[in-house]
Amino acid sequence: MKRLSTLLSVLVLASMVLAACGGGATPTAAPATEMPATEAPATEMPATEAPATEMPATEAPAVIGSGTIKIATQSPLSGGQSLLGVAIKQGAELGLEQLGGDLKAMGFDVQLAPYDDQATPDVGVANAKNIVADSEILCGVGHLNSGVMIPSSEEYHTAGLAFVSPANTNPVVTTRGYLEVNRVVGRDDVQAPAAEEYAFTTLGAKTVYVIHDKTAYGQGVAEFFRTAAEEDGIEVVAFEGTEETSNFDAIVTPLVAANPDVVFFAGIYNQAGVFFKQAREGGYEGTFLGTDGMDSSDLAELAGDALTAGGGMAYTTVAGPVSAYPKAATFATDYEAKFGALPEAYAAQAYDSMGVCLTAIKNAAEAAGGTPTRTQVAEAIRALTYEGLTSTIAFDDIGDLPTAKYFIIKVNANSADTWNTNEIIDSFDLPSPGQ
Amino acid sequence: MKQFTSNPFYKFILFPIGQMAVFIFGASLALSVLIILLAYIFRSTITSNFDLVERTLLILPQVLINGITIGFVYATIALGYTMVYGVLEFINFSHSEIFMVGGIVGVELMAYFDHTGALETMNQYVVIAMAVLLAMIISGTLAVTIERIAYKPLRNAPRLVPLISAIGMSFFLQDAVRLILSLTTGEFNVILPNFGTFDEFLVLSVPGIEAPLRFQIKSILLIGVAVVMLVGLNFLVNGTKIGKAIRAVAQDRPSASLMGINVNLIISITFLVGGALGGAAGVLFALKVTRLDPFVGFFPGLKAFTAAVLGGIGNLTGALLGGLVLGLLESFGASYLSIFTNGAFGAEYKDILAFAVLILVLILRPSGLLGQTVAQKA
Amino acid sequence: MKTFFTELFKKVNKGPWPLIITLGLLLVGTITVYQSPRSLTAFLTLMLCPLMLYFLQINSKVKIFIGLLLVIVIIPVLGIRNIFYLEVIFQMAVFAALALGLNIVIGMAGLLDLGYVAFYAVGAYTWAIFGSKQLSLLHSIPGAAPAGAAFALAPEWFWLFLFIGVGLAALAGILLGLPVLRLRGDYLAIVTLGFGEVIRVLALNLDKPINLTNGPQGITPIQRPPLPPDFVLDPIRQLLAPVVGHAVTDGQLYNVFFYFLALIVILVAILVARRLEDSKIGRAWTAIREDETAAIAMGIPLVRLKLAAFAAGASFAGCMGVLYGANRTFVSPETFSFLQSIGVLTMVILGGLGSIPGVIFGAAAVVLLNIQILQNFSLYLSELRQGDTVIPIINFAWKNLSNQLDPAKYQKLVFGIILIVMMIYRPSGLIPAERRQRELAEEIE
Repeated sequence: MKRLSTLLSVLVLASMVLAACGGGATPTAAPATEMPATEAPATEMPATEAPATEMPATEAPAVIGSGTIKIATQSPLSGGQSLLGVAIKQGAELGLEQLGGDLKAMGFDVQLAPYDDQATPDVGVANAKNIVADSEILCGVGHLNSGVMIPSSEEYHTAGLAFVSPANTNPVVTTRGYLEVNRVVGRDDVQAPAAEEYAFTTLGAKTVYVIHDKTAYGQGVAEFFRTAAEEDGIEVVAFEGTEETSNFDAIVTPLVAANPDVVFFAGIYNQAGVFFKQAREGGYEGTFLGTDGMDSSDLAELAGDALTAGGGMAYTTVAGPVSAYPKAATFATDYEAKFGALPEAYAAQAYDSMGVCLTAIKNAAEAAGGTPTRTQVAEAIRALTYEGLTSTIAFDDIGDLPTAKYFIIKVNANSADTWNTNEIIDSFDLPSPGQ
Repeated sequence: MKQFTSNPFYKFILFPIGQMAVFIFGASLALSVLIILLAYIFRSTITSNFDLVERTLLILPQVLINGITIGFVYATIALGYTMVYGVLEFINFSHSEIFMVGGIVGVELMAYFDHTGALETMNQYVVIAMAVLLAMIISGTLAVTIERIAYKPLRNAPRLVPLISAIGMSFFLQDAVRLILSLTTGEFNVILPNFGTFDEFLVLSVPGIEAPLRFQIKSILLIGVAVVMLVGLNFLVNGTKIGKAIRAVAQDRPSASLMGINVNLIISITFLVGGALGGAAGVLFALKVTRLDPFVGFFPGLKAFTAAVLGGIGNLTGALLGGLVLGLLESFGASYLSIFTNGAFGAEYKDILAFAVLILVLILRPSGLLGQTVAQKA
Repeated sequence: MKTFFTELFKKVNKGPWPLIITLGLLLVGTITVYQSPRSLTAFLTLMLCPLMLYFLQINSKVKIFIGLLLVIVIIPVLGIRNIFYLEVIFQMAVFAALALGLNIVIGMAGLLDLGYVAFYAVGAYTWAIFGSKQLSLLHSIPGAAPAGAAFALAPEWFWLFLFIGVGLAALAGILLGLPVLRLRGDYLAIVTLGFGEVIRVLALNLDKPINLTNGPQGITPIQRPPLPPDFVLDPIRQLLAPVVGHAVTDGQLYNVFFYFLALIVILVAILVARRLEDSKIGRAWTAIREDETAAIAMGIPLVRLKLAAFAAGASFAGCMGVLYGANRTFVSPETFSFLQSIGVLTMVILGGLGSIPGVIFGAAAVVLLNIQILQNFSLYLSELRQGDTVIPIINFAWKNLSNQLDPAKYQKLVFGIILIVMMIYRPSGLIPAERRQRELAEEIE
């Protein structure tokens, strides 16, 4: 009787599970419905039994191969940093829709496989294992956080899957020299000194208070900034890391007492916004300085007038506002039409990353005469030159852009709606330091 | 003398406020003296180019104010824990989520007013009062519901069982709120709208102190509301019949039931009151930090429980003292740690300071600062 | 309803039926997984086989044969087709060991430990620090490591560190146990929760004054033990290639290797747990759990036994921590959060407090739920979002469903519901230990 009731409950559990996932099974290459050209990903029928493994080729001219090719994206789609993570996914989605035509003409069915890494290394690595196990995924776009990209790319490297990053700036991402890792933006070991240069020369700062968010990205940027500051003779009054997201009293009080000229915050907007507000309330009147993690309209939503009061706020970034890229005008209107919001930072970069992926797959497919292997795609990425919205993309031998753009932006906004009133004070093209 | 102390005004208003003032003063004095002493001792070990004693004194007033402000928040939350523990001998793990729900409800109300434009025209204090009231109602109801669903069926089960159920309820609430938020607003963060003069400061120049003392209006408001609620609670528990019933049930449940007290009703009322206090604390916390999310309850809840234990669990005054002491300790620790250790240890150890305090208290003086040793029940 | 199932079960459980059902499931499962490696239903069908083996009455020799066939032949081969399955089973084994350890502390000795993940962290960081370059980077800044740093130890030391991990974790267990000996249920829970958080914060912040844990960036790469030599592997590779359909890479072989390693460790763990349960120590723990005062009166050395419980439970976690670090080649403090502790607690509660097959089942179920089912559900949702379909009755376009609504992240919700429901309706768990069920059933009635 006892055994029965346990078996019963187990069976009930199992059947609930089966029922729940009957609709949730990852579809294999089930026959896709022909989608009209405006929407890229096909609606897959949930596979409840074992369907055939290969899809019949669709009728089209110059058909080279057949089957499904997927391009994965990994970025935080939920949680505090989701504004930027969703922008990456949507930029890639728009890219797939607009640029995937060539591959489709070849006979492939191209789809997007978005994953949410929750800005957590563990989730990113777990997703990475799932991604590399799906043999239809030939290329990937992501991540937002360097701290997630670095361990996840170990998985990609083992599996030979190429990833193009629209946002990772920590040097370690590429200095390991993996064939599979590339980025279309600059690096922190150039960005942080640029920020420091601004503080030293333009702002004339003599003292600086450095705070970071204890992630690979934040800590990395902060360290580079500190080294550059010490070289220029600026006094680094304090160097603190904090995970705190609500109550910054304990940091603000000594900060106000020390009264530095500049407060450099190396972190992401969701933490920075609250901190800036509380720092201003605590009585700090100097300038806030940040890096590309600040580039989000939510910063103004959280911090409000703190950004424009006192010494104001400025930040460096590797991904300028869409208006800084002349070719991106139509992109902005298309993005707004499709998603109902203006593109945030990194959306255009994600669009370009997707373009790089698609072009490389196309080149590799032509060379191979069919579906290419992952290594062929990775090599094709290193071999190509691509005219993107944000720049002409051609990777050096470790996956960086030989010269990348950096911007310094002064914040004039005090709410999310006015975010586009920020002005670009300066922009430079600087070479990558290499390995 | 007898007439003096039995006058209700003195007994229920002046005495508690006086008690609070004594606690604040005593704890502040003790910690200030300690930190100044430490500053003199470690003066020579500092490598930065400021004088340790000077810097310590400079930020001391602000650190005290910070500590007292957050201390009152912890005290208000701690009361919820301690009341439930007193009556049921059981830690209500989900109290931290009740606190969070109250805060989010209050902020959403204010956001609603902001949306309809009513925020401009209404008196800011009225808005806050309405938010606090709504939060209290919702949180209290939530607490009673939780009790009915998850704790009542388990009242006679071995200790482990309702505790685990409470943990489960805490987790469930965190994600349930997240689900509701994502379905309604689509946002993870709940941001307090900008209104009123709360961010402004009352500046007092006290002779003898270098920098003028700055009291943020919202801190004053926070402390004021908390004091009112604490006084009200004290009156409820010590001056009304219901309060007597609560104390009876806390002391000896079977006898109380034999005396004709409806034990289930009293337990529900305890949860209601505790939950309401937690909800109000949530709104005050939101006022202070301006941004909430579904996971914001975890750490303050844990620290409030530490405060309750520190003061003596089951003892209302103890919760108050514990909250204040913990708030001050946290503020001192976080602000001074990096200064004293040349940056080797900093504000990041702020949270585990509370745990360290908890462990020390439980090892050295398990009954807490004001508590009596509770008999071990098997 | 209940009698219907009882009758069905009785009918099914005799004669040749159990064997037919099990073999049938095995066959169907294997073929479907082989054909469509990414299908979840196929995998679950295959996973039902071990369950059937446990519950149904089959000749034990046959049971062992089928079990070995499944574990040694079928799953590795299928796993190479889709390495994610090996990962899932590896995770199941890791969490089963953790659940077994926590079962000793909570289920057998009755001490509610909410910071269990701290011991897991101790094990993982032990091998991480010694098996990576971290020791040569003790004075460098996280994220700015000089290129020429050397690994501290050769990868073969991994085997020794499995035991060192056990020892260090046991030591940590004793250190945790010492201050909390006098505390009872509720306080113990909170203090252990505190310890768990302390370990996590220390791991997060011990990158200054010396860089021991590399802070939030975690330690990577961590060396793995070397694979068996080629003369052992080559015949295996040649055997597998035609079956699997493509050449077998080293990466895939490593997955199989770790899978076997995890299985061996879990077998040892089960053995140890079983022996502990039936020994003098196990009975003493039961006595402490039931009534401490009576236990003291009976002359049971309370202090030693409580410490032994903590140490024994912790050692399981320590061993698995080392294994986990080597498999992932990366450890970071976020893995060792309070959510994980509660996850392991949920597994124990779901399966059955004090019941060894119960907690293993609980671990498998929760891991499957988190990694496969919720993930697939969210992938499915995201595909729906990309299309134009609408929810039928309320005509709400899937596209408009907020991005924040992603089932894979609602682990807390799942854990919470499981804990509450189990505690109210079935506190002894799904596969209860006999003694426990009797005791809890009586108390609640």
